[in-house]
Amino acid sequence: MRVHLQRIVWIVGLLGLLALLPLALTEYYLGLVTRMMIYAVFAMSLDILLGYTGLPSLGHAAFFGVASYTVGIVSVKVTQNFGLVIASTVGVTIAISAVFGVLAIRASGAYFFMITLALAQVLWGVAFKWRALTGGDDGLPGVPRPSLGISFSLGSTTNFYVFVLVISVLVAAVLFLCVRSPFGLALKGIRESETRMRALGYNVRLHKYLAFIISGFFAGLAGMLFAYYNGFVSPSDLSIVLSAKVLLMVILGGAGTLFGPAVGAGLIVLLESLVSAQSERWLFILGSFYVAVALFAPQGIGGALKARLGTSVSL
Amino acid sequence: MTFWLQTFNGLSFAMLLFLLATGLSLIFGLMGIINLAHGSFYLLGAYVGLTIIHQTKSFLLAVVGAIVVVAAVGCIMHRFFLSRFYKNPLGQVLVTFGFLFIIADVAQWIWGGTPQALPKPSMFEESYRFGAAVVPSYRVLVIGVGLVIAIALWIFQEKTTLGAIIRAAVDDEEMTRGLGINVPFLFSAAFSLGAALAALGGVMGGPFVGVYPGVDFEILFYALVVVIIGGLGSLKGAFVGSLIVGLLDNFGKALFPEFSLFTIFAPMAIILVVKPTGLFGKG
Repeated sequence: MRVHLQRIVWIVGLLGLLALLPLALTEYYLGLVTRMMIYAVFAMSLDILLGYTGLPSLGHAAFFGVASYTVGIVSVKVTQNFGLVIASTVGVTIAISAVFGVLAIRASGAYFFMITLALAQVLWGVAFKWRALTGGDDGLPGVPRPSLGISFSLGSTTNFYVFVLVISVLVAAVLFLCVRSPFGLALKGIRESETRMRALGYNVRLHKYLAFIISGFFAGLAGMLFAYYNGFVSPSDLSIVLSAKVLLMVILGGAGTLFGPAVGAGLIVLLESLVSAQSERWLFILGSFYVAVALFAPQGIGGALKARLGTSVSL
Repeated sequence: MTFWLQTFNGLSFAMLLFLLATGLSLIFGLMGIINLAHGSFYLLGAYVGLTIIHQTKSFLLAVVGAIVVVAAVGCIMHRFFLSRFYKNPLGQVLVTFGFLFIIADVAQWIWGGTPQALPKPSMFEESYRFGAAVVPSYRVLVIGVGLVIAIALWIFQEKTTLGAIIRAAVDDEEMTRGLGINVPFLFSAAFSLGAALAALGGVMGGPFVGVYPGVDFEILFYALVVVIIGGLGSLKGAFVGSLIVGLLDNFGKALFPEFSLFTIFAPMAIILVVKPTGLFGKG
């Protein structure tokens, strides 16, 4: 109970801090924190699949990118009505997750990650080659921020920060409830032993499929925010580099701990901005970082904390 | 007679894919590792070959040099890094992704970002005429090399003692170890062989696929699709898968360039629905 209270204090404190940040930070750093929160949503979405269900997707950028492209294409070429943009983005993202899910869920282990990687590369190829729709490797510039229909313009960095903060907190809360729900516990059970869960009468394939779609949906939400954040969509939103980066965020933060990956996301975004300001060799450093994490922190920061503090505190 | 030309192009691309997919598949079959840096071996092989050709004007030396360099890189990568991560798929993914990025960045550092093509060996610059079809002789060479390698691998695997040891290690690594076979050494050797085949692919593919930043991802994608279709850990699967993907890709690109990836996606999706472990993959 004491631990519980402590945790509530921590969360309230953190939220208060985040809410006050616009007073303390310059526009550049506020933008950076916005970016961290968007990636945190993305990393948490992958964690549902990787950490909770035990399905290592190597093509998670597919959903992020499909959503950001839908936002880009619809709002540049069709309409800027926010409701319609949201509806089409959610529709397309869920449709793609549903199709990819059918194909990927049948496999497990090595096949699962090969398949997710290959499927994501197909979408990347489409974005790259279908110039008429996607602008090819030039991408689609000039994606306008939406108007919410109230007197709160998302054009300013501060307002957009608040917008992303509210959504990220909501996502974190929903995912927290999701992993604590009977459904979330069943996912953990599947991760530990599929055969046992099947013997207990759970529809394992349906659970995995739903986890896949939920994960795809939230990744799409992150992609949507990112398209608005950047004002620009490009094939890199669908790239294998992005899929690999979000995977690193999850593992670094600790797969299977919901908020660990969010911290991992923040760290990687911070590292990226620090390193790429100093050196052109970002990819080299990122690559070395992957190897280092595998060698020295295989359970991630969250996992290490969990081991240190015992099971009573689960992040 | 573009049909025949496209068929030849497709077949030569298929043989190139075979050189990559068979190594990927062998490494997985033996060690359970999906080597995401396999396309990087192609990239590195092609660049090393390019430098050697520019220095010596010899295509053959380029092949030998690329194989030696890349096999050494593969050996180091396996011996000092990947061998710590057996039965730890996430660790393997992190390490192989890491090497993918490191090799890509180092290559861009050394060889720059402009797309380059390797010159063809001088003996294979002209084209052959088959009736109405004109086929570049270099493509015939690539098909020939692919077939020779496929047959050699098949004989090696089925008819030699070392091949029998490898088959045994694929089936039951622990028993093989128990029989007094130096499995760690065998694994390093097999990993280097896979890397060497990919490097050969890099030099052979250099004149028609070329080499540029990003070719590593592209080749990795094709090789993955081949093993998804053909099945992991099977030589036959890698061969049949390569033929399917190579031909479909080439005709797809010729017929509907903007949607060519769907000609790959569609058969992959069908195979996954019908047989998730691929045509010749084990359960």
